[in-house]
Amino acid sequence: MADEGIRPSPTALLERANREGRGRLKIFIGAAPGVGKTWSMLDDGHREWAKGVDVLAAVIETHGRAETQAKLADLPMLPRKPVLYKNRALTEMDLDALLARRPELALIDELAHTNAEGGRHEKRWQDVAEVLAAGINVYTTLNIQHIETLNETVARITGVRVRETVPDQVLELADEIELIDLPPDELLERLKAGKIYPQDQAARALTSFFIKGNLTALRELAMRTAADRVDAQLREHMAANAIEGPWPTQERILVCLNDSPAAREAIRVAKRAADRARADWIAVNVTSARQQDLAEAPRDRISNALRLAERLGAEVATIEADGDTAETILSYARTRNVRRIIVGYPRQRGFLTRWLQEDVVQNLMRGAGSFEITVASQPDERAETHPPRFSLARPSLRGITEAVLITLLASLAATLADQLFPVASLSVIFMTAVVIVAARQGNVPAIIASVLGFCCYDFFFVDPRRTFTITDRSEVLTLCLFLVASLITGNLAARLRHRARVQTEIADRTNKLYDFSRKVAAAAQRDDLIWAVVSHVAVTLRCESILLMPDAPGALHVVGGFPPEDRLEVRDQTAAQFAWDKGQPAGRDSDTLPTARWYFMPLKTTENRLGVLGIAFPDDGALTRLDQRLMDALCDQIVLALERLRLTEDLAATRLATETERLRTALLSSVSHDLRTPLVTIIGAAGSLTEASDLPAASRLELAELIREEGERLDRYVQNLLDMTRLGHGALRPHLGAVDLAEVVGSARHRMRAILRLHPLITDLPALPPVQADPVLLEQVLFNIIDNAAKYAPDGSEITLSAQASAANVSLTIADSGPGIPAEDRARIFEMFYRVEGGDRQRAGTGLGLAICKGLIEAMGGSIRAEATWPNGTGTRIVITLQTHPTP
Amino acid sequence: MTAARILIIDDEAPIRRFLRVALDSDGHDVIEAATARDGLRAAARETPALVILDLGLPDADGLSVLRDLRGWSAVPVLILSVRADEAGKVAALDAGAQDYVVKPFSVKELLARVRSLLRDRNPSDAAPALITAGDLRIDAALHLVSQNGTALHLTKREFDMLWMLASNAGRLVTQAMILQALWGPAHVEDSQYLRVFIRQLRAKLGDDAANPRYIMTEPGVGYRFIAQADAGSATG
Repeated sequence: MADEGIRPSPTALLERANREGRGRLKIFIGAAPGVGKTWSMLDDGHREWAKGVDVLAAVIETHGRAETQAKLADLPMLPRKPVLYKNRALTEMDLDALLARRPELALIDELAHTNAEGGRHEKRWQDVAEVLAAGINVYTTLNIQHIETLNETVARITGVRVRETVPDQVLELADEIELIDLPPDELLERLKAGKIYPQDQAARALTSFFIKGNLTALRELAMRTAADRVDAQLREHMAANAIEGPWPTQERILVCLNDSPAAREAIRVAKRAADRARADWIAVNVTSARQQDLAEAPRDRISNALRLAERLGAEVATIEADGDTAETILSYARTRNVRRIIVGYPRQRGFLTRWLQEDVVQNLMRGAGSFEITVASQPDERAETHPPRFSLARPSLRGITEAVLITLLASLAATLADQLFPVASLSVIFMTAVVIVAARQGNVPAIIASVLGFCCYDFFFVDPRRTFTITDRSEVLTLCLFLVASLITGNLAARLRHRARVQTEIADRTNKLYDFSRKVAAAAQRDDLIWAVVSHVAVTLRCESILLMPDAPGALHVVGGFPPEDRLEVRDQTAAQFAWDKGQPAGRDSDTLPTARWYFMPLKTTENRLGVLGIAFPDDGALTRLDQRLMDALCDQIVLALERLRLTEDLAATRLATETERLRTALLSSVSHDLRTPLVTIIGAAGSLTEASDLPAASRLELAELIREEGERLDRYVQNLLDMTRLGHGALRPHLGAVDLAEVVGSARHRMRAILRLHPLITDLPALPPVQADPVLLEQVLFNIIDNAAKYAPDGSEITLSAQASAANVSLTIADSGPGIPAEDRARIFEMFYRVEGGDRQRAGTGLGLAICKGLIEAMGGSIRAEATWPNGTGTRIVITLQTHPTP
Repeated sequence: MTAARILIIDDEAPIRRFLRVALDSDGHDVIEAATARDGLRAAARETPALVILDLGLPDADGLSVLRDLRGWSAVPVLILSVRADEAGKVAALDAGAQDYVVKPFSVKELLARVRSLLRDRNPSDAAPALITAGDLRIDAALHLVSQNGTALHLTKREFDMLWMLASNAGRLVTQAMILQALWGPAHVEDSQYLRVFIRQLRAKLGDDAANPRYIMTEPGVGYRFIAQADAGSATG
């Protein structure tokens, strides 16, 4: 364990490596506007400039402050880019010009700024990230109220919420943070002196934001943030340099998320706590049966909260509760070595819900034991505009019409029934109408039907009739009971209907996903897969889809689309490229290039980028109607399938390369050895014949015979090489016809009579049907096999050739009594240049003969294999199976 | 065997050289040509008894030389082909070449082919009425075949086929030749017939196709009646 502690942490080293080549970021952080951040930044910029650094003021917001304007003085300025937004002429930082100009240091004011629509990025901090990535150092300024996790706190302190926030990671990107501190009194002095805002604005500011109490709290917050960051840097440094720290790292913080708006606050609390305690944190969502029938909005809230937590660095988990939610959370916390649990506390809980639903917070506290439980309360209503608590589906006109019509029908039915039944029982007819409306149209029409039914009932049937007045007390009770009962039943029916719809949706999504993964898994070829992906995404999400992948040099281009599409507009191409480069979604309705037509999602694994998937709607509609969960799941599936295909392709390519290399080496060694050996003999023997004139006739004959034999061997070798080449190039087209096996055997025997002098060939061929073959090629096969057998079998031993016919095939067996082939080599002897290693010196052979046989036989639609001869196991049997020729 | 004038058309000097040595030793008069043009000119001027033609020539295709030659001469042509060129060999036989050897060939094999091709020059050999091949006696006049004195019952077509092969002993008889002679020009492509008939004929002769004594198959090309000088080595 001690060892582990002092080894440099890989994550820390990786982080450091990531920063290499990237520009350095310095943030001037302040507690409030007017503390002098911009001024300090310019001051630092000047100092660098004086040192000869190429400094460029990319964007400076002077807010008309004279001091700042003066400080800017003679620093080189980047002209701003004019932007027209909603008929207002604005100016923005010219990012492209900045990147093209490539200064050493860029001064970019107001990190939290939101760009005008139509720019590359939605936020300035994204611009800064790109500038840093280009290797340019950046100085920038930031007020703490813009930091995402502090936003809530600041809003609570000051009662003012800022809309523009910067994710905490941006702070972590900073190599240096400088806190620009100004005591509150001095700041107030400056404000009063009009150094921050013009006089009239200043007066207003003094009453709302710039109160001493606020400023003191903000100052403390800013200091703490800066200190935290310094701490983090120190920690990082120690981890990267293997300095052991005194902090326990194993404890974790758990934050429980639900659909309440308090979840976001809980995440912020957890993030801060985790940062301060230098602990890992886990965001967990407990699903229960109840969650299945949640409406869209709460489900989106949960997935948004989970995504926020993930963005802030939490490990995210979803666990299934069986029964008691609190107990599930606690047992999970125990397994993960959690010490502190943070839950959001939903502020408003009606009496009924409190009574009906499990109070998770209470139960958690009760069962907490040694856990520390923190309850984060929900932020103020006025601070956050969150969706209405009751999700009343917006009633359609049709729903209302139907509610009215059905109630009128019920009134009519009640009028008829009035003749036969007591008035009190007529309420049942109206009740039925309400249930019908609820089941068909949801809760709002059901409420309308209830009220309308109530009125009709009162007006038409309760004495005195045709008035809304009621004389009989019991009638009042009936009426009230009717209203309550109809509201409850209506609501129940509507919920039932809603739950059924949700179930259908879930089933539908599951089906789509299943269908998708099945289709995608079935695609074995790259093109098939691409087509499956784009077509299925299009069908599943009811949109247009496009897939971009990099080609060999790494340029991204369209590989498939549904409907087929092979080019994109420049804007979309840029968005796709951004999604590819940065690994973030880009394009329509995203942070980057939101006005593009397509929305692009990167397809990536942890190590590899595979491509970019684009989605657009035919009517250029917004993406909000997309099912984000389904889309994420689809992307995961696509990534898996692409990755699988890529691995398969890589494997095949590697195998091919290895095989090619092996063949090349084998061919070289074969040519140098097998081609030269016979030549050595021939040249030597011929030399002896010419030089030694007094050789006896028998010796001369022997030498001449040797030359002939070696020449023939050379011929066979060249023939093999030629055949192999022809097979390899597919130039060999067999002329298939009906062939009498025995005839081919006879012709082969004739051709190899010289070889067969040492090895009698015993043939045992019954009457055979003709086979489907090319006689010339088949003869070559027999030649090679018999030649091979003769090479390995001892001289004088027999080679037997026998055949058997079955319904559709004829198998020909050639057996020798040589040393045999070990079982593990039997399949490999048909590979090119493969020779069985023997203890004895190898007989001259090329290792091509049997490979050619296999190639030829397969070209004729047959098969070939090697077997051991039985019963004694020595010797080899080669079995050729050929198809019988269809005509007799 | 009488000496004959033989023209060798081959661009490879070493091949011409050893052919000359071999043919000279057999008593023949050898003329050499290295190109198609020289070859055709020599064929016209020298009137050789046999032409040995290489299919691969530098200035023209051997096949076109053959077609040219066949326009004005019926001289027997022996083709030198390479194993990879099955189609060229068959085309040459169709264009009127009498026989072929595949390079590399043994001198013994080549001389045997040359001898059988030259045999026709002798009028007395041209149409014998009786052929004896080992234990086989074939009588053309009586349409009788006997083996070791036992008469074999052959149909007319089987007899005609046997006679055609045996009277060309040692020489290649292509499938097309047999089909045309026995079934007529309309059936030149029907090698199915031939396969079945040869099989029946072999059965009646007691000949094993896998180890033939009489009829040798040249895969994809035709048949060759084994001349008795060759028969010994074939069964060895």
